[in-house]
Amino acid sequence: MTGAAGRGAAGAGGIRVRIRLFASYAEAAGRDALEMALPAGAVAADVLAAVRREPWAARLPPSPAVAINLRYAKPDAALADGDEVAIIPPVAGG
Amino acid sequence: MWAMSGWLTDRPIDVAALLADVASAGTGGTVLFLGTVRRSEDDGPVESIEYSAYEEMAEAELGRIVDEARTQWPGARIALRHRTGLVPLGEPSVAIAAAAPHRAEAYAASRFLIEETKRRAPIWKKERLAGEARWVEGRPGGG
Repeated sequence: MTGAAGRGAAGAGGIRVRIRLFASYAEAAGRDALEMALPAGAVAADVLAAVRREPWAARLPPSPAVAINLRYAKPDAALADGDEVAIIPPVAGG
Repeated sequence: MWAMSGWLTDRPIDVAALLADVASAGTGGTVLFLGTVRRSEDDGPVESIEYSAYEEMAEAELGRIVDEARTQWPGARIALRHRTGLVPLGEPSVAIAAAAPHRAEAYAASRFLIEETKRRAPIWKKERLAGEARWVEGRPGGG
């Protein structure tokens, strides 16, 4: 996965983000974290687009909730180098 | 287990301690809400529920929810705990104590806190039945 979204992006101007997966998504993916290189100017939706290339991601809903650095974020939210991006499965606390 | 705000706990919730946290001479109404692991006809023979969380974000999001309640009901005193890990049938998975000068604010704050917790806290549950485990699909999540 590493670099899949950002071929040619990891160099000058590119960013690296850490992706975290939880609960049913982590179980389906067989892991709970991955690193990704993205071009400068990448947004949350770009992470989802890259993750969707993995076979397990067929189970993702059309618009999964995403968080950037521990806060819910919209798909067009900008990413910065070192950000932590989480794909949040439907929550079931309480 | 994790040294953060402490909204999450992997031990049984001490309800008396929560009530003590919100007690004060100025609070005339205290509402205690307990969400309890239950068995229902639809669920089958559930024996326990395992809660997992995006711990850092759950602590942050629960903190934001409590801050919002404190802003909306400035006179309210609030305590909240959510379990992680295995919670047996009949034990509380979430407990919220809300105390205010008058009962209307205490009820309103309590309702806000549990509804926002269920809607926003990045917490998941897996039901454990005899010989089987399954994720419970909840709400989409989001701020």
